[in-house]
Amino acid sequence: MAKLNLNRVDMPRQEPEVRGKNYDEVALGYSLEQAQEEATRCIQCPKFPCKAGCPVQVDIPEFILALRDGNLPEAAKILKGKNALPGICGRVCPQETQCEVVCVLAKRGGQVAIGRLERYVADWEKANMGASVVTPVAGKPGGKKVAVIGSGPAGLTAAADLVKYGHSVTLFEALHVAGGVLMYGIPEFRLPKDIVQGEVDYVASLGVDIKLNSVVGKLVTIDELLEDGYEAVFLGTGAGLPMFMGIPGENLNGIYSANEFLTRINLMKAYRFPEYDTPVRVGKNVAVIGGGNVAMDSARCALRLGAEKVYIVYRRSDAELPARREEVENAQEEGIIFKFLTNPKQFIGDEKNNVVAMECFEMELGEPDESGRRRPIVKEGSEFTMEVDVVIIALGTTPNPLIAQTTAGLETTRKGTVVADETAGKTVKDRVWAGGDIVTGAATVISAMGAGKRAAADINEFLSKQ
Amino acid sequence: MYKILLRQDLVPNTHLFKIEAPEVARKARPGQFIVIRIDEKGERIPLTVAGWDEKEGSVTVVCQEVGTTTRRLAKLGTGDSIIDFVGPLGIPTHIEKLGTVVCVAGGFAVAVVTPIARALKEAGNRVISILGARNRELIFWEEELRSASDELIVTTDDGSYGRKALVTEPLKELLEGDEDVKRVIAIGPSIMMKFCAKTTEPFGVNTVVSLNPIMVDGTGMCGCCRVSVGGLTKFVCVDGPDFDGHQVDWDLLFARQKTYLDEEKESLEKWQGQAHS
Repeated sequence: MAKLNLNRVDMPRQEPEVRGKNYDEVALGYSLEQAQEEATRCIQCPKFPCKAGCPVQVDIPEFILALRDGNLPEAAKILKGKNALPGICGRVCPQETQCEVVCVLAKRGGQVAIGRLERYVADWEKANMGASVVTPVAGKPGGKKVAVIGSGPAGLTAAADLVKYGHSVTLFEALHVAGGVLMYGIPEFRLPKDIVQGEVDYVASLGVDIKLNSVVGKLVTIDELLEDGYEAVFLGTGAGLPMFMGIPGENLNGIYSANEFLTRINLMKAYRFPEYDTPVRVGKNVAVIGGGNVAMDSARCALRLGAEKVYIVYRRSDAELPARREEVENAQEEGIIFKFLTNPKQFIGDEKNNVVAMECFEMELGEPDESGRRRPIVKEGSEFTMEVDVVIIALGTTPNPLIAQTTAGLETTRKGTVVADETAGKTVKDRVWAGGDIVTGAATVISAMGAGKRAAADINEFLSKQ
Repeated sequence: MYKILLRQDLVPNTHLFKIEAPEVARKARPGQFIVIRIDEKGERIPLTVAGWDEKEGSVTVVCQEVGTTTRRLAKLGTGDSIIDFVGPLGIPTHIEKLGTVVCVAGGFAVAVVTPIARALKEAGNRVISILGARNRELIFWEEELRSASDELIVTTDDGSYGRKALVTEPLKELLEGDEDVKRVIAIGPSIMMKFCAKTTEPFGVNTVVSLNPIMVDGTGMCGCCRVSVGGLTKFVCVDGPDFDGHQVDWDLLFARQKTYLDEEKESLEKWQGQAHS
């Protein structure tokens, strides 16, 4: 047996000083040689723990083997067999806590870069094969009508699987493009929109009917869909309602929810204003409140818009940051300033209602709380003021109540999430399933995809007995 | 694409668009709004519905040329299309039988007040409407609002038509008079709504206003449209657009409406430069 190779092949990236001024993708992806070199490091172990680590059970060793052998069409086919959105997953999945962490080489620090390989194969397919791998599969005999609400990661995955099972699937999307958070939330430099559109187009090419500009709960209710011939409904409407802090001055001009800031930039292309009509305020001193991936995305967007100083203001310390380490490092390299153990007390405005400063508390960490992280405690008398002209609040989101409010018989929690069976996503309402952030609260793209996949299987099983 | 079935010029800078949107037409109710986007580079703007025709599958909106988007919309005519049309959004105006209701329409808001007045009248209310505009040239839908109401008072700021007064004058007289006014619904420019609310406040008459902050998605996703009502932050797109006028923090609304004044000017100048070159 060949000697184990523990040297992960680095993926080229744009240099920090260059990328901080453009919206092009930061990570440039492997070349074929790099991808094959990395693929060769996979020892094709007999137990393939990576597969179990993947929420959608991608056949990881198999596609890596095909890639290693230079059979790229086969690698793409294997990958797409389980995952309709590989270009997206290869970029934004936290592989370090899923497939890669359980790689047998991980114990020795040399886990295979599965995410990078997935990205390589997906990009190769997009560049070389277009949609030619696909044959529409909708409308098999015995297929039923299914409605999928929301075209984010959960909905796209559920729709793709349901149509592959042979059902007729209509995917309802409230916004003017499909993709949900992949389109409005995650910035171009981390997840290019043509990659998302390509994978949305792939799902459409399978035969899924995507209806844009359709706000379910307003245009049509779940009960009307069920009366109108849909035999099952999957709710994948995510967690789209931004949380604010409820502190004084929060409605000053220049204070954004991360959702608004990112939607203006990513969905509405405000970074190209005035070529595009939607503006966004460009700050000199920008504070982003929060420490998750959305906070990192917001900070890095603000930097690219031309802000002089961008702060991440986080009430705990570096060790507790919920963002992916890779994204924290990217942000640090680009010059984002981290202010740990800091929490806003109030925002201060000028006579025109513009935010000009933020009064903060210093914090210290106490005993661990129910999340297992050390609880941040205010240091009394520690107030200090920061000059800021744009503030972005990235403290998380909760489900939009629109569907729960307009659907009788759906059970929700105190946090506004929909109650559904953990594995299959069945809600307490007849013929209605739910999955993704609407059930879990804000989580990851891949966990939503896993929920969509499991719900699709359960819906199929239910429908086949009808 | 959503086809413009009819474009009609009502008064200078104010146009009616009847847009093909059969599903929205089935669901729209008085007081709700839709969000449009003209083309790929356009912004999303909310417009309150002025009418809908389920049979024809159309929704009517009336818009006044203010910024880039409304001016670009004004360049479109019957047979043209817009890229996005989303709705119906927001909570419909609450319609119930109360007795006497006063509807105040300021300027082009007559287009959105008319269906509300009609629904109130159909619900059995005595509806007294006040239609106000700066001058005679800006008055439209007088007959439509008259037929949707039991009584109509017309005012102009300069006295060129109807009574020379601001809408708040006849409003105050109605509240002082013999009519037992149970509710006032005031829709128009924000400043007019504020003063209508100030006028009714001493009389303790419930006053409903329809707020028009800046919006992006219109579905509760971004919080751009947040306002303060009774000390609580509300999202106009999902909690409104109708609110109790006595509880609204008007100064905050005015200030937030001005967030992008500089950018709006820049956008308009760029567009006008292109349009004229």
